[in-house]
Amino acid sequence: MNPLELADARPGPAFTVTFDGRAVDALPGQTVAAALWTAGVTAWRSTRGSGRPRGVFCGIGVCFDCLVTVNGVPNQRACLVPVRPGDVIRAQEGTGGTND
Amino acid sequence: MTGQPRLAVVGAGPAGLAGALAAAARGVHVTLIDAADQAGGQFFRQPATALRARRPQALHHQWRAWQRLRDGLERHVTEGRTEHLAGHHVWCAERGSAGSLMVHALRGAAQDEGVAVRADAVLLATGGYEQVLPFPGWTLPGVVTAGGAQAMLKGGLVLPGRTVVVAGTGPLLLPVATGLAAAGARVAALVESADPRELLRRAPVLASQPGKLAEGAWYAGLLLRHRVRTLARHTVVEAHGTDRLEGVTVAALDRGGRVRPGTARRIDCDTLAVGHGMLPHTDLAETLGCTLAGMAVRVDGEQRTDVPGVWAAGESTGIGGAALALAEGHIAGRSIAARLHGTEPDPRGWAPAARTRARLRTFFAAADSVYAPPAGWADRVGDDTVVCRCEEVTAGEIRGAVGSLGAGDLRTVKLLTRAGMGWCQGRVCAPAVAGLTGCPLNPGRRPFARPVPLGVLAALPVDHGEKD
Ligand SMILES: Cc1cc2nc3c(=O)[nH]c(=O)nc-3n(C[C@H](O)[C@H](O)[C@H](O)COP(=O)(O)OP(=O)(O)OC[C@H]3O[C@@H](n4cnc5c(N)ncnc54)[C@H](O)[C@@H]3O)c2cc1C
Ligand code: FES
Repeated sequence: MNPLELADARPGPAFTVTFDGRAVDALPGQTVAAALWTAGVTAWRSTRGSGRPRGVFCGIGVCFDCLVTVNGVPNQRACLVPVRPGDVIRAQEGTGGTND
Repeated sequence: MTGQPRLAVVGAGPAGLAGALAAAARGVHVTLIDAADQAGGQFFRQPATALRARRPQALHHQWRAWQRLRDGLERHVTEGRTEHLAGHHVWCAERGSAGSLMVHALRGAAQDEGVAVRADAVLLATGGYEQVLPFPGWTLPGVVTAGGAQAMLKGGLVLPGRTVVVAGTGPLLLPVATGLAAAGARVAALVESADPRELLRRAPVLASQPGKLAEGAWYAGLLLRHRVRTLARHTVVEAHGTDRLEGVTVAALDRGGRVRPGTARRIDCDTLAVGHGMLPHTDLAETLGCTLAGMAVRVDGEQRTDVPGVWAAGESTGIGGAALALAEGHIAGRSIAARLHGTEPDPRGWAPAARTRARLRTFFAAADSVYAPPAGWADRVGDDTVVCRCEEVTAGEIRGAVGSLGAGDLRTVKLLTRAGMGWCQGRVCAPAVAGLTGCPLNPGRRPFARPVPLGVLAALPVDHGEKD
């Protein structure tokens, strides 16, 4: 059993986005975080101070641990932002101000 | 403005929905504003529409209650009594001229478009968020909040990993553990630091809560069915891994909340879903100048705050679950309708909801004292453990601010260490900083409920109320 089966979900066809240049499948309706989790990615940010990896923590937009760069815009909360076909998602380093 | 009184409800969870329906049914024009794409809040969080789930109820309790709310909202929207502004993040609410209120929100994919809603009354139904106290390893990817794991599951139909440990304290751990197990995760253990049997000692409270007892028995059955082993009076002392969680060490606690020597053991897992209770969202109430009681918005018997025109309901006024949120929202909606029509509300009209409210508040006061984080948690936070996740401030630095620099309150600790100055504005670390330093935990006094682009601040936003 997986969650999609449990809820008997019949999403539209999966589409492709890229995460750090690698093609990743995503389902319509999912957030960037959900798509990355499905692809087995749990960390997509490194902290400003010690460069430690981070991903989802609160899952509801409160903690800002899940910051990511989507289509060149840094500091997006992956747990809130819906994923769209063709999105270019990049792991965010530090403040995200310099890597795009 | 039309002649009909206007209410803005912030939050479309159980409290906001109940309030919106009660007010709309009594001739008030309601604008329901919520950051999420769909109504439901945390308890009734729905899978994204495009996932086309035919059996969303498989992830839910109280599906009937949800259907009633959802259908009611749909009817009011179709008949023009209510607007639902989904995907709108409210960053500030303020009192304008002539007693009117303004609610400012951000919308758009990048949340950079300003929208303002003018109203005669505001109902704050912004809910709460989960508290997690720090422990070594809690910043590793794979460590998520218990509610967060559930929110990702309910909304995105995804699991954080294959093998999960659910840990911490509080009633929320039960639906999280059983939900994750039902969705296919292996739940290696449910680790609860309190002793739930303590609740039974509070017999007078429980005797008045047959529903709560039944709920407890039902969860016990589910845990058994999914072969989830429960470790009561245990805690996670450390999460292990380098770039990703690989396992946790759990240990038994004595009555004083100290680890019992020789009881530590490792459980391998790729996910730790952890929570230590909930905190109310009070930022909007604070910007409006509402008085708080402890960490929650203070309300009277009608759910009114002490700022004229502003009501609050649900977890923003104190943590107590979905049924309490529904009751409070209903009372608020009826009170608002009466007051906006210029009449004195008749509390007899909401007597059943008031009884539910009284019962559940008593129950959750008792539950709160049972499910408190273990007394010794702060001693187990080593000096090198990061406490403020945003600014990467360690426990050692925070202790130093109090010990050698003499800080005596959270604000000073923040100024000296930057703990609480980052993106989340101390929402996550404040309880930990308070616990580590002995400073009283008080609300954060944040200027805005959401980060606001400067362009939005500079530009005069579209006035939604005037548009239609
Ligand atoms: C992640 C999570 C999972 C939970 N799961 C359970 C569970 O399984 N069982 C259980 O009994 N309880 C659960 N709870 C507790 C739950 O909060 C309550 O039972 C119930 O949902 C409270 O209802 P409410 O209406 O007060 O708030 P909520 O349901 O939290 O609704 C608040 C709403 O306000 C919106 N909001 C908040 N701030 C803003 C803003 N500034 N701008 C726009 N919108 C805003 C949010 O998007 C949300 O939809 C959970 C809590 C959390 C945080
Ligand atoms: S995970 Fe906390 S904001 Fe996204």
